[in-house]
Amino acid sequence: MSMAAEERSARAPWALTAPALMLFVGVLLIPLAMTVMLSFHDWGQYKGIEPVFILKNWHEIATDPYYAEMFWRTFRIAILTTFLTALLGAPEAYILNRMSGRWKSFFLLVILGPLLISVVARTLGWALLFGGNNGLVNKLLMSLGTIRSPIPFMFTETGMVVALAHVMMPFMVLSVWAALQRLDPQIENAAMSLGAGPVTIIRRIIMPQIMPGVLSGAIIVFSLSASAFATPAIIGGRRLKVAATLAYDEFLNTLNWPLGAAVATLLLVALVLIVVGSNALIERRYAEVFR
Amino acid sequence: MAYLELDRVAKQFGAQTVVEDFSLSVGKGEFISFLGPSGCGKTTTLQMIAGFLDPTRGAIRLEGKDLTAIHPAKRGLGIVFQSYALFPHMTAAENVAFGLEMRGVPRSERAERVRAALAMVGLAGYEDRHPRRMSGGQQQRVALARALVIKPSVLLLDEPLSNLDAKLREEMQIELRQIQRTVGTTTILVTHDQNEAMSLSDRIVVMSQGKIEQIGTPQETYERPASAFVSQFLGKTNDFAGTIDRTVAPTQLVAGSWRAPAPAGLGGPVTVSVRPERIGFGDTGLSAKIITRIFQGNHWLFQCDSECGPAIVIRQNDGKAQPAEGDAVRLTWRSEDMSVRARAGA
Repeated sequence: MSMAAEERSARAPWALTAPALMLFVGVLLIPLAMTVMLSFHDWGQYKGIEPVFILKNWHEIATDPYYAEMFWRTFRIAILTTFLTALLGAPEAYILNRMSGRWKSFFLLVILGPLLISVVARTLGWALLFGGNNGLVNKLLMSLGTIRSPIPFMFTETGMVVALAHVMMPFMVLSVWAALQRLDPQIENAAMSLGAGPVTIIRRIIMPQIMPGVLSGAIIVFSLSASAFATPAIIGGRRLKVAATLAYDEFLNTLNWPLGAAVATLLLVALVLIVVGSNALIERRYAEVFR
Repeated sequence: MAYLELDRVAKQFGAQTVVEDFSLSVGKGEFISFLGPSGCGKTTTLQMIAGFLDPTRGAIRLEGKDLTAIHPAKRGLGIVFQSYALFPHMTAAENVAFGLEMRGVPRSERAERVRAALAMVGLAGYEDRHPRRMSGGQQQRVALARALVIKPSVLLLDEPLSNLDAKLREEMQIELRQIQRTVGTTTILVTHDQNEAMSLSDRIVVMSQGKIEQIGTPQETYERPASAFVSQFLGKTNDFAGTIDRTVAPTQLVAGSWRAPAPAGLGGPVTVSVRPERIGFGDTGLSAKIITRIFQGNHWLFQCDSECGPAIVIRQNDGKAQPAEGDAVRLTWRSEDMSVRARAGA
């Protein structure tokens, strides 16, 4: 090969990826860098944003317990949502995998359903069912005399977790489903022929093999729940803020962009650290199953 | 006395009959092969013995006890699956130990037996390897050790060698036979490979379309095939159309210009089956012309065009001169080297 051709072939990958790379840099990296920079700027009610380098916003987040509470709530909700989806989603995927053809595709569609509906419409559905005295379920249960006062759902963390788990369920089910596809179809028969009962088969043979699927599903659900905006905004509103709704408020209501940017940056950094860290842990722990 | 007995076992999936009227008596310590093309019902039969499928009709008895009434987990059979179905999250030793653990064998005895089982299959020192870090042949050995360590009453092998390459498969065949002889476990092997069935088994059950075609020793099934299917499936064979000529006395069997005294009990159109290695070149017999001659080291393979259709002849390379391509020859064989069957629809 001549030098020119060699040079050309070395340049080809760059040339081919250039459009995507430019898009990536243009709409992701530059705004991200600007947001990070923004978090170090100053802001005043009357002077607006001042492009100086100060740690005021970061200091405020670090010292004011209001922010600590907000972030703690965000991660508490994300963790509970993750547990709920794993608890329901893993058995769901297993049962689904054992169904026969027609039922399997029908229920797969049911599980994917939430993804096909707008997040706003879906969350408002929960509000219609449980929203205070006028919620359908609350009305029904109260008229039956089962409950005296409406089940608290709106503006509660429980409500947020339930609504988020509903949205996130497909990610968990699909992730476990993918792990189940890797299972040897004879593996349960093999365990059975060696004398294992159904509970032992699930605990000793199936669970360890789908655990990587559950954990990667958990990472997806956790990061999406922690950064979710629409569901917490509708269920929690102003009364029960999480990191994402807090950043939104700082940007659009208080107009304190630098503080909002600091909140957003902190959320991003925390999420990246958690996801990368747990991913590394999982890959080490389940090296044999991943091979 | 029969150790394992299948009594008119049948399996239907909906309207489709997969296994029909399967009766077989297996002696203790015997090595039996179920041989047939895919879809002949051999795996289904094995799965019924294992308990993964319930027979639609018929009974399966082990030492006189009804096996179908026992849950698969309690049958105490050792099974090696085609895909091995090893537990990927456990080491080789843990895989082998699983069955012992389920039986409540104490830890110290377990470790000892696991080590002995792995040593028996030639995997001493591989205790802590995970299956995905092992070669196909090694995984195969772990699966065999896992099935044998529980001292099964019957060992079921579902196409265990089909995922191995040819050389390894031959080695494993020899080893499998040796291990089975040493341990003495009654064994049923499901295979579509006639060489495997012939080199391993005491008896072969040849199956086709859910039915038993023939049960016999490898030699019997090869030398005296009970049906056209068996003779075609086990090795190469030549089928010549012939007739029984009753106009002469004694009656004669005629195929082209080849003739011999007719076997008793047959009349009219017949099929004469002769193995290629049993045909020789002579002065009289079936007229043929050699189309191709292929040298294969220890033997010559001739493809001929005879008056009764195409014929294959195999001759040992004994150093003597062989006919060349295009030569006109006469094909001849001894009466005891052929099997004659009534020809249907002629």
